[in-house]
Amino acid sequence: MFVRLSTAVAVICLLGTPSFAQGAKPTDPQIAHIAYTAGVIDVTAAKQAIKKSKNKAVVSFAKDMVRDHEAVNKQALALVKKLKVTPEDNDTSRTLTKQAAAKQAELAKLKGAAYDKAYAANEVAYHKAVIGALETQLIPASSNAELKGLLETGVKIFQGHLEHAEHVAAELK
Amino acid sequence: MLPGLKFVAVLGVVVGAMGSIPAQAETIRVNIDKLVFAPANISAKVGDTIQWVNEDVLAHTATVKGDWDVMIPPKKTVSFVLKKAGDVEYYCRFHPNMKGRIAIAPK
Ligand SMILES: [Cu+2]
Repeated sequence: MFVRLSTAVAVICLLGTPSFAQGAKPTDPQIAHIAYTAGVIDVTAAKQAIKKSKNKAVVSFAKDMVRDHEAVNKQALALVKKLKVTPEDNDTSRTLTKQAAAKQAELAKLKGAAYDKAYAANEVAYHKAVIGALETQLIPASSNAELKGLLETGVKIFQGHLEHAEHVAAELK
Repeated sequence: MLPGLKFVAVLGVVVGAMGSIPAQAETIRVNIDKLVFAPANISAKVGDTIQWVNEDVLAHTATVKGDWDVMIPPKKTVSFVLKKAGDVEYYCRFHPNMKGRIAIAPK
């Protein structure tokens, strides 16, 4: 068990799990921007998967990610409009986008089963990181109740996707 | 009393008198809101209809492994008639953290 656990930790470190900037408490406009960015990143990664992968389970998972995150982000945009909050770019969003671009460039070099495995593993790690950030930073920091509610639903969505990604990753082994 | 209710009452008496006629099939609503099936646990019988009302902007499914798979598009209501008795656990293929259970009695 110990051996397996440390292997898992090593694998996650190799993958370079996205990190969320720690520091000053983000404001609601910044939180909205971070949450939106987190969705956009997963859609971009999924679109790459739809183009590159020939694995049925991987492609259908990727299509699910596009559909869900686009639907949620549309809902998020409607909410910020209603609340008259303008999403504000910030260090966390910028770091996330930069890390995601690097990951995508890395995945672009892979092919076939190697790509499928790396994409699925990254989806697992990414969803875990977002859930962590939502629960420990973004939800506690948000002051608007409706925004908080949307983020809480976001946790459930990301948890659902995480379980789904874990099934896909397990099938590829 | 409303005429409709009176009719149902009369029908009830008639069906009751006939005795051997199987119970009327029912429609059971299960709401889906923020990735939760509510109620999560229901009791039904063969021939009953389950009606999932999806309030989310997300598509969900009600899936029983190795058996049925019902697609529930966003903001839509989907019905499904139960055909076999048994205790089934169902989940959403897109969000496997969504779970429900139906105890299906024979007709
Ligand atoms: Cu679902």
